[in-house]
Amino acid sequence: MPEYALEVSGLTKIFDRPAVNNLQFNVEAGEFYALLGPNGAGKTTSLRMVAGLLQPDAGEIRVFGNNAKTNPVDAKHVMAWVPDEPMIYDRLTPIEYLEFVAGLWGIEAQTAQKNAYELLDWLALSENSHERCEGFSKGMRQKVALAGALVHDPRLIILDEPLTGLDAGSARLVKDVLIERVNKGCSVIMTTHILEVAERMAERIGVISKGRLIAEGTLEGLQKQAGRKNSSLEEIFLGLVADDEHGQEAA
Amino acid sequence: MAFSQTGTIGWFARHEFNLSWRDFMRMMSGGKPGREKTVIGVLILTAIVMHIIAFAVLKPAIETGIDPDKSLFSLLTGGLLLTISLMMSQAMELVTRAFYSRSDLDLILSSPVSVKRLFAVRIGAIASTTTALSMLLCGSAINVLAIFDSANWLYAYPIILACGFLATSISLALTILMFRTLGAKRTRLASQIVAAVVGASFIIGIQLAAIASIGSISRLEFLQSDMIINLTPDAESWFWVPARAVLGEMNAFIAVFCAAVLLFVGAIYVFAGSFAQHVVSAAGVNFTTTNHKASRRTFKRTTMRTALRHKEWTLLLRDHWLLSQTLMQILYLVPPAFMLWQGFGNAGVIGVVVVPVLVMASGQLSGGLAWLAISGEDAPDLVETAPVVRGAVIRAKIEAVLGAIAIVVSPIILLMAIADIQMAVIALAGIAAASVSATCIQLWFRSQAKRSNFRRRQTSSKIATLAEAFSSILWAGTAALLAAGSWLLLVPMILALMVLWTARSFRPETPLN
Repeated sequence: MPEYALEVSGLTKIFDRPAVNNLQFNVEAGEFYALLGPNGAGKTTSLRMVAGLLQPDAGEIRVFGNNAKTNPVDAKHVMAWVPDEPMIYDRLTPIEYLEFVAGLWGIEAQTAQKNAYELLDWLALSENSHERCEGFSKGMRQKVALAGALVHDPRLIILDEPLTGLDAGSARLVKDVLIERVNKGCSVIMTTHILEVAERMAERIGVISKGRLIAEGTLEGLQKQAGRKNSSLEEIFLGLVADDEHGQEAA
Repeated sequence: MAFSQTGTIGWFARHEFNLSWRDFMRMMSGGKPGREKTVIGVLILTAIVMHIIAFAVLKPAIETGIDPDKSLFSLLTGGLLLTISLMMSQAMELVTRAFYSRSDLDLILSSPVSVKRLFAVRIGAIASTTTALSMLLCGSAINVLAIFDSANWLYAYPIILACGFLATSISLALTILMFRTLGAKRTRLASQIVAAVVGASFIIGIQLAAIASIGSISRLEFLQSDMIINLTPDAESWFWVPARAVLGEMNAFIAVFCAAVLLFVGAIYVFAGSFAQHVVSAAGVNFTTTNHKASRRTFKRTTMRTALRHKEWTLLLRDHWLLSQTLMQILYLVPPAFMLWQGFGNAGVIGVVVVPVLVMASGQLSGGLAWLAISGEDAPDLVETAPVVRGAVIRAKIEAVLGAIAIVVSPIILLMAIADIQMAVIALAGIAAASVSATCIQLWFRSQAKRSNFRRRQTSSKIATLAEAFSSILWAGTAALLAAGSWLLLVPMILALMVLWTARSFRPETPLN
């Protein structure tokens, strides 16, 4: 039986209408999982519940076996959250920010320092490591936020649209860092609207519509499920979402 | 919707007025739609209460008759100078904000309209804002005097407007001078500090002079003291022209008002064009602080609590605007500290003046710092996803706030302890009560916001704002009565506890973070 990095079952969140409706999916340890869906499908709400930023109305979330509701501290210890809008402190420098994050996660100072400088090098931020973040571009801020997520060596990285607003070079860097982490055994779950990224990077893809998982599997699996052999992910995705909407209207 | 002729001064003025009005209503209604009528109702009620208070305060003077003598001239001149210094502080802050805030400027500066007209309107808006606040504060007193003494007091309104013109013109000239001499990068910090000092200097200066000369902190007593009356020129002197203008002497009024209008129009004519240039150059400034010589940083062994405390203190120290605000609060502690030094060992002076001022200032400072630490979190997702219990995060943030307060007040407490240990203990207890109360209120009413929204923290909850102010005042009263050895201290103390209980009862059921 595979080891699961993330187990989500019966996850439900209702605002004025159900945003997430009985969602169920698993991410295996060391797997790159992409969660796709049209705008307002419930992707971000689902991931925010997984990260502990939103309280689910029903359902269960387990992170490496730890129940995120009853044992949130242990669950949070092994995961990292990267939102689409990077939230960093304008008046701290990247290196100070990383030291602060390492302090929150209780990482030993020497390890944290080594990790921090390696990450800043890798993300081409070494030159700016002693500048305050207030003058940084969106791409630089996103890279600082990503470095913050990785400085404590998480086993599960949750990313919500991490490539939005990044230039080609920065996007490439972020993708390389994520692939490298997965190769080292880390699990990644990511939402994205850039379907080529999901197609190339993800081992399995989940498609979510109106808060429900409507399809899941490898690219080949989805092609089979949609009855569209040799189709691109974009065609499959649009077909699946349209079929689901027609099905719901008919019902 | 009919489109009017665009790009004119009137068109810009209408646009600015619309934005300001919506901003004001949003601030007053807390962003909740459909509350306009309630807001207007509350404003009317507040105006009535202010008029009743003004009547109660001015009644004895009105009954005995207000004579236009040197004593009254001195009081009015002092009042005008105080108003101008506060207006200048506010205007400098608004001018600086207009320089550096981008909001709609990218759109307007990239359009083919005359930016000189826009900035002429914005300078006018700054004058209106600064004047409006002073008119609101003085309005009830002016109306009461106009009804019960003489209608001539209504001339005070245009004179306040003239003060607004004068203060805005000087502030504009000062800020542009700083911009030219210090450069765009340094002016932002320098002007905020100058604004804080200008705002506090007159009131503090006059208090210091009052303490040194008449042994009282009262500005009113000082301005009407024999020393001032003897030192100032005769009642017929030009020196009293502004005071005569307030009292409605036509020649004085025309001279003061016309001079202010001419100065203001001149300032707009001279500065509106360069204002636009400076805004453009401010946009090109990179505020990134680079430490090229910084060597590799060595991470220190730390705990979550230490990391959070250190982060909060670093952010506080690097927040220029906040520093200037804190500086202003600390400056207000100078007169009681001076009084403490003057009446060294005099328990009466310490108890009546120093203790309540310290307690009140600490309560207000704690409220602001607590908001920044608890609600003003720029990376809430990061802190929320950290593997720590939520309570521990809150505790660490409270420690950061109380630590900062301790650093600010401890020198005065120490000085007080040397003079009178009992008073120092009472002050410490009062400071602790006011600080803890303000922090608790911020905790109960916390709602996630960007630190840059600090100015608007009052709008998130009117109950929290009022509770914070009342609790500081009541704890200051409790400490003063305790220092005076009066059992009446129980009254403000019980009231303070009731304020806290009421605030707790009205707290939102589920805080946002």
